[in-house]
Amino acid sequence: MGNLIILDMCMCPCSQCHSHDAAQLGRKVAVVDYVEPSPRGTRWGLGGTCVNVGCIPKKLMHQAALLGGLIRDAPHYGWEVAQPVLHDWRKMAEAVQNHVKSLNWGHRVQLHDRKVKYFNVKAGFVDEHTVRGVAKGGKEILLSADHIVIATGGRPRYPAHIEGALEYGITSDDIFWLKESPGKTLVVGASYVALECAGFLTGIGLDTTVMMRSIPLRGFDQQMSSLVTEHMASHGTRFLRGCTPSQVRRLPDGQLQVTWEDRTTGKEGTGTFNTVLWAVGRAPDTRSLNLEKAGVDTSPNTQKILVDSREATSVPHIYAIGDVVEGRPELTPTAVMAGRLLAQRLFGGSSDLMDYDKVPTTVFTPLEYGCVGLSEEEAVSRHGQERVEVYHAHYKPLEFTVPGRDASQCYVKMVCLREPPQLVLGLHFLGPNAGEVTQGFALGIKCGASYVQVMQTVGIHPTCSEEIVKLRISKRSGLDPTVTGC
Amino acid sequence: RRRRLLGLIERSRVVIFSKSYCPHSTRVKELFSSLGAECYVLELDQVDDGAKIQEVLLEITNQKTVPNIFVNKVHVGGCDQTFQAYQSGLLQKLLQEDSAYDYDLIVIGGGSGGLSCAKEAAILGKKVMVLDFVVPSPQGTSWGLGGTCVNVGCIPKKLMHQAALLGQALHDSGKFGWEYNQQVKHNWETMTKAIQNHIRSLNFGYGLSLREKAVAYVNSYGEFVEHHKIKATNKKGQETYYTAAQFVIATGERPRYLGIQGDKEYCITSDDLFSLPYCPGKTLVVGASYVALECAGFLAGFGLDVTVMVRSILLRGFDQEMAEKVGSYMEQHGVKFLWKFIPVMVQQLEKGSPGKLKVLAKSTEGTETIEGVYNTVLLAIGRDSCTRKIGLEKIGVKINEKSGKIPVNDVEQTNVPYVYAVGDILEGKPELTPVAIQSGKLLARRLFGASLEKIYHTLFWPLEWTVAGRENNTCYAKIICNKFDHDRVLGFHILGPNAGEVTQGFAAAMKCGLTKQLLDDTIGIHPTCGEVFTTLEITKSSGLDITQKGC
Repeated sequence: MGNLIILDMCMCPCSQCHSHDAAQLGRKVAVVDYVEPSPRGTRWGLGGTCVNVGCIPKKLMHQAALLGGLIRDAPHYGWEVAQPVLHDWRKMAEAVQNHVKSLNWGHRVQLHDRKVKYFNVKAGFVDEHTVRGVAKGGKEILLSADHIVIATGGRPRYPAHIEGALEYGITSDDIFWLKESPGKTLVVGASYVALECAGFLTGIGLDTTVMMRSIPLRGFDQQMSSLVTEHMASHGTRFLRGCTPSQVRRLPDGQLQVTWEDRTTGKEGTGTFNTVLWAVGRAPDTRSLNLEKAGVDTSPNTQKILVDSREATSVPHIYAIGDVVEGRPELTPTAVMAGRLLAQRLFGGSSDLMDYDKVPTTVFTPLEYGCVGLSEEEAVSRHGQERVEVYHAHYKPLEFTVPGRDASQCYVKMVCLREPPQLVLGLHFLGPNAGEVTQGFALGIKCGASYVQVMQTVGIHPTCSEEIVKLRISKRSGLDPTVTGC
Repeated sequence: RRRRLLGLIERSRVVIFSKSYCPHSTRVKELFSSLGAECYVLELDQVDDGAKIQEVLLEITNQKTVPNIFVNKVHVGGCDQTFQAYQSGLLQKLLQEDSAYDYDLIVIGGGSGGLSCAKEAAILGKKVMVLDFVVPSPQGTSWGLGGTCVNVGCIPKKLMHQAALLGQALHDSGKFGWEYNQQVKHNWETMTKAIQNHIRSLNFGYGLSLREKAVAYVNSYGEFVEHHKIKATNKKGQETYYTAAQFVIATGERPRYLGIQGDKEYCITSDDLFSLPYCPGKTLVVGASYVALECAGFLAGFGLDVTVMVRSILLRGFDQEMAEKVGSYMEQHGVKFLWKFIPVMVQQLEKGSPGKLKVLAKSTEGTETIEGVYNTVLLAIGRDSCTRKIGLEKIGVKINEKSGKIPVNDVEQTNVPYVYAVGDILEGKPELTPVAIQSGKLLARRLFGASLEKIYHTLFWPLEWTVAGRENNTCYAKIICNKFDHDRVLGFHILGPNAGEVTQGFAAAMKCGLTKQLLDDTIGIHPTCGEVFTTLEITKSSGLDITQKGC
């Protein structure tokens, strides 16, 4: 009997690191991983959502779109680029897919190096210590372990009750693996996945429309979110706000005709697209696991697994980490860290718990949005308007000046307690390289940074991140937050 | 209390903060009465809030002891400084003057430091003048308001750097599916014109912001002629005199020349490069400062043939491991290095835009000499303070004769109490954080012996570089922790794209007492370069492999 099995239908890097750590701690570890093909038939290798159909291909396609912007900037900086400039989807997709495949291979090698046993089988519980795996050819294996970790992640959801949705639509599971350009695309949803995909599709020159029911980026700071969509709209992404799709039909020429309802006017609209991408949320991959046989409880609403602060489920020796868990941020690095800490607790004698507070993240929309800590709304609702001070600035990145790029949406705000020394509650940054800018400040906020300490930090000139240490104008003052001079 | 105190200093001709039993205070009081000056004396041991007043005085003047003397709003100092001022005649002068000065404050130099000081003083209700005059470089280059950073420093530098990065981006873009005629050329004139246009708009903005704050701006060269009095000479040679109660020297620095045959005639410096009307062509960069390497880097990025001549080491004062990595990256990207050579003569072979220059150099270690032909020779061997031709000797402001820098106390005050100095010309102020860190480290080493720091490091491969097929063993991250102080982070180093954007936030975190534990507890933002700092595991002393695998 092994000491640990990591059950992994769609393996995330979390379980990867986790299994490394456990294996390094001298335990016998097996990883069970199987990718159920998407309804469109897309499948991929080891490494989970992030590597195959998430962060990695997403950021690379985002980079492709950014390069398009840089090519437009280049002539202003003296580079003589001959027109026309075109984009070839196949070439990009192939390069991105090759990189992902090299990562798949790297993960396999690492598991092997660290003596983690890997089974490419579809698994379900038999009882609370045993798992049955079924391989592609139908061959079955039984594995048993003292500890079992579920890290099966989530998969994109298709909308129910919309005719043609499942038949003709694709999701983020497919977009990165398309061999041909998606062409004119309708993205349905307002999550970060929806906006990021719409952003890079627009950026590589495709006609792209986003249809959203209500607000963009629910849960994020709403002022920042509306700046994000404002920027996208000014760069060619179309938005259909307050609309919900009702039907997708395939026309004789192969195009997709989408019918929607405009919920404000009650009128019906239609449009034709080459591709319809659903980005309406993700559902946990728990159904095929036979969790009831092991007695693991899930949330009746979300089907996500319920755990305590030690990541233990209702069955003490079965744990769950990552996107499959109720109430956890759906982010790779949190899963990685949670996996590592869990292995340390199980086998390394540690008692450190994962801290899910102040998790920084970045949305890679064409203008990137980095944030850590509370949104302005959340800060106000927790502490009251009177006790919160918000410092903000509209700035212009130096690189934007020469090509005359519009910087109306480049904006930064820091949400603080009003009482000295003005503890920083949240930081929100909209501009180029937002991820790189936010990471260090996330640490500062973790260290309990106050507004005063941030102001005492010397700026690095000329960067965008120095705008954060120069934030002098509070919202309350009503003064113009536009940065002038250098 | 602070306001009350400042009001008192503002209203009274002489204020002496004293203690009734202090013999030094008594001497000062006697001095002023012998000069027939009316004094306001506050005996701190006889008022209830004496200790608190002393705290405020410490804040304002950085002097805690008594006596603490102000004459006509100028902080003279303690007993010794007052007697020194008496002997030099300054005290009598201060006493004579009333508020008949033209200005409350004159700032000499319109760069970053001078302008921010002038604007702040104006906001506080003072009558302020800024004197700014750019003496043309030996090649005849001059520029507008805003100082080095805006005109011939950070701003044009980073824009040219951006232009070079765009060259790399164009190169990458093919791999990302972009298609166009790959015969891409760089046009120096187009770039320079665009950058100079941006700079002119900044110059204009500075002028405007001074006017908005009612700061008088005079485009003239300022030179002290006597106490509190300055001569301003404009382009046409017209002279005007202005007086002020206080002065701030913010004249900054200018590039140094070698003092060899042909250097001022034929070589250019960073003062000239950014507005050069023609492409510099094959370039020799002399020096190994950050200015030298930055310029060499972007010139090579435009596809020019660039050689850097280095006397000893790269980037003195910076972490030397990082400096070497910077150098080898540049070498891999086509910059040539001539190690341990210094130029001895520059000759013109051909005139033109650019012309042709012959450079003769000799080895610093032997007798070997070499010769090379270049279109442009760019000197970047250091900068000298502009402090020797502004009449400082007339009013007795001390400078370091060797470096030309001005020694100041903790409140930026020179040895002449009403004269302050800011910016690059200050002596003994570390210009860069790493210097401070390094010296702190050295001190600790001396005190405790042995190595007390633990170094974590890693190589990383920026995601954007993978598809573009750029090198995967170049970017490097390193932190230095103090083992005996909870692994407090003493140093932070990153070599890779967007290093400025990455470093800023970590700098703020270090201000807040960053430790290795806190780094480990912080969640990375995926996928970025900055996240490598949250997963650093390998110490340098372990000698383990640091190439990154996986995501």
